[in-house]
Amino acid sequence: MNFFFEVLLGGLLAGLMYSLVAIGFVLIYKASGVFNFAQGSMVLFSALTFVSLLERGIAFWFAFGITLLIMLLLAWVIERFVLRKLVNRPPITLFMATLGLSYIIEGLAQLFWGAQVHGLELGINDEPFEFLGILLSQFDLFAAAVAGTLVLLLSLLFDKTRTGIALRAVADDQLAALAVGIKLQKLWFIVWAVAGFVGLVAGLLWGARLGVQFSLSLIVLKALPVLIIGGFTSVGGAIAGGLIIGASEKLAEVFIGPYIGGGIENWFPYALAMLFLLVRPAGIFGERAIERV
Amino acid sequence: MFYRESGQFSTSYRSDYRIFRLYQERWMFLLGLMFAFLVVPFIGNDYWFSAILIPYLVLSLAGLGLNLLTGYAGQLSLGSAAFMAIGAFATYNFHLRIEGLPFLFCFLLGGFTAALVGVFFGLPSLRIKGFYLLVSTLAAQFFVQWVLTNFSWFSNNNSSGVISAPPLLVFGYDFSSPAGRYLLTLTTVVVFAYLSKCVVRSELGRNWMAVRDMDTAAAVIGIPIAKTKLLAFACSSFILGIAGSLWAFTYLGTVEPHGFDLTRSFQILFIIIIGGMGSILGNFLGAAFIVLLPALLSNISASLLAGSIDTGQLENVQKIIFGSLIIFFLIKEPDGLAKIWQTFKQRARVWPLRF
Repeated sequence: MNFFFEVLLGGLLAGLMYSLVAIGFVLIYKASGVFNFAQGSMVLFSALTFVSLLERGIAFWFAFGITLLIMLLLAWVIERFVLRKLVNRPPITLFMATLGLSYIIEGLAQLFWGAQVHGLELGINDEPFEFLGILLSQFDLFAAAVAGTLVLLLSLLFDKTRTGIALRAVADDQLAALAVGIKLQKLWFIVWAVAGFVGLVAGLLWGARLGVQFSLSLIVLKALPVLIIGGFTSVGGAIAGGLIIGASEKLAEVFIGPYIGGGIENWFPYALAMLFLLVRPAGIFGERAIERV
Repeated sequence: MFYRESGQFSTSYRSDYRIFRLYQERWMFLLGLMFAFLVVPFIGNDYWFSAILIPYLVLSLAGLGLNLLTGYAGQLSLGSAAFMAIGAFATYNFHLRIEGLPFLFCFLLGGFTAALVGVFFGLPSLRIKGFYLLVSTLAAQFFVQWVLTNFSWFSNNNSSGVISAPPLLVFGYDFSSPAGRYLLTLTTVVVFAYLSKCVVRSELGRNWMAVRDMDTAAAVIGIPIAKTKLLAFACSSFILGIAGSLWAFTYLGTVEPHGFDLTRSFQILFIIIIGGMGSILGNFLGAAFIVLLPALLSNISASLLAGSIDTGQLENVQKIIFGSLIIFFLIKEPDGLAKIWQTFKQRARVWPLRF
C-alpha cells in the first residue's frame, strides 16, 4: 500500500509541474481567446536564455531579470507584429499563428544558444526524505509551493485588480470591451508578458528536472490533456487537471503498463481526457458556452 | 485579354457545372496533365523523381486528405500522420498476409482501414468541438505510433518496426523504377484529386462547408451533423491512408512508425495553411512550397555562403522562415496561395485594364 501512495504522490507532484505549463495557456486563453500553442516554446526559450546567461557568469538574480526583460520584449513583439494584425479573426486562425510563432521561437532559441543539453542547478536539494513512511522529493515539494503561490497571485490578479477585470471583459466580448474604452493592445501585452513569466518559472523548474533541452518545448503536448480536464478558462482547473493527469498517468504506467507492454504514459493522458470530455464537453471547471445562431 | 471569354456560353446545365468552364482553362489543364504523364517520365532524372517529384505528389495527396477535414468540414486535426501510418502498415500487412491479393487492391484496403480508424477517432467530434477536438486527434497520433512500435506483429516481427516495400507489380508490370514509381504516384494523386473535387462540389461537400461555417445553424436547417462529420473523418483518413501507403511504398521503400510522427502532421497542416484551406488546388501549391523551399534554402546556403552555416543552424533558420511565412500568410492572405492564383487569374482576365 505504501508503494501505491508513493506512486500516487510522485504523480501528483509531477502533475503540478504540468499545471505550471497549463497555467500559461489558461492565462492567454482567458484574456484573448487564443489557444497559445507557443507556450511550450516560450518555456524552452526562457529556460535556454536563462541557463546560457548563467553559464556566461552572470549572477542568478541578474540573469533572471534579464530573461524576464527579454520575455517582456518578446510579448511586445508578438502583440505588435502578430496579434494586432489578427484582431477579429476566427480563433482557428489565431491558433495557427501561434503554431507559426512556436516555430520561430524554437528556431531563434536554438540559433542563439545552440541545441546541446544544459544542466541547470537551482540550489535546491533533490534528495528524497521520508515522511510517514513515504519517500518524498524536496524538489517536488518546492515546485508544488511555487505552483501554489503562482495560482494565488494570478487569481488575485484576475479577481481583485482593475487589469484583471478588464482582462475578463476582453475575454467575454472583445468588441464590447473596446467600446467601453479598454485598451486591447495594452492588455494583450500584459497577458503575454505574464504568460512569459509563468513560462520562465516553468522552464526553470522543468529545466532543473530534465536539463534544459529541446524536449522542453514538447511538454506543451502534455499540458493539453491537463487543460482539457481542467477547462481552458480556469487557473484552479489547470491545477486540478494537472494533479489528475499526473497521478493517473503514473498509476497507469506502474499498474497497467506491465500488462500491455509499457510506455503508455505517452497516450494515456489523452485517452483519459477524452473520457472526461465525453461526460463534460467543457472540462470540469470550464464555462459552458451557449450557442446562438 | 489572355482569357477571351466572349462567345463561351453554357447552353446546358451540364456545361454550366463543369469544373473548368472556360476552354482555355480546360486546355491548360489537359496540357499540364499530358506534360506530367508523357514528358516528365522521359526528361526527369532519378534525383528529381526520388527526392522532389514523388514526395511532392504524396504530400499534396496528404494535404488533400487533411484539407477535406480541416478546410472543408472545419474539424481541426493534428493526427494526419497517424492515419498515414495506418494506411502504410495496413497495406503492408494485407499484401503480406493474404496471398495473391493485387497490389492496388491492398492500397484500397489500407485506405479503408485508415478510414475506419479515422471514424473511430472522429466519434468524439460529435460531442466536442474546436480546440477540444485536438486532444482526440493527438490521442490518435500517439496511440497509433505506440501500437505500431510496441506490437511487432504489424511490422512482421521486425525488431525495429521497419517495413520494406515489396516489388510494385501492377497488372503484371513492374513499377519499381523511379519513373515507374512516379507514374504510379501521379496516377493515384490525379484520380483522388478528381474524386475529391467531385465530392466537395456535391451535396456532401456543401454540408461539410455548412458545418464548418456554423454547425449549430447547419443542424437547424436539417443537415445530419453526425453523418456529415463522420464522413469527413472517413474520407479524409481514407485519402491520408492512401498517401501513407504511397509514402512508404513508392517514395521511401522502407518506413518505420517513427517516420509518421507529430512533425509530419504539422508539415501537412502547414501545407494546407500555406496552400489554402478549402481548396483542392491549394494542396498542390502548398506542397510545392513545403518541398521546394528547404531544397532551395540548402542550395542557397551551399552556393552563396559556401557552407559556412552548418546543417543544424540551417534547420533552425528554416524553422524561423517557415514560422514567419505562416504568420505572414495568415495575416496577409488567409486563403493561401490558391487565393493568390485566383487573383492572378482575375487580373489576367481583364488585363490590360485593372478592373
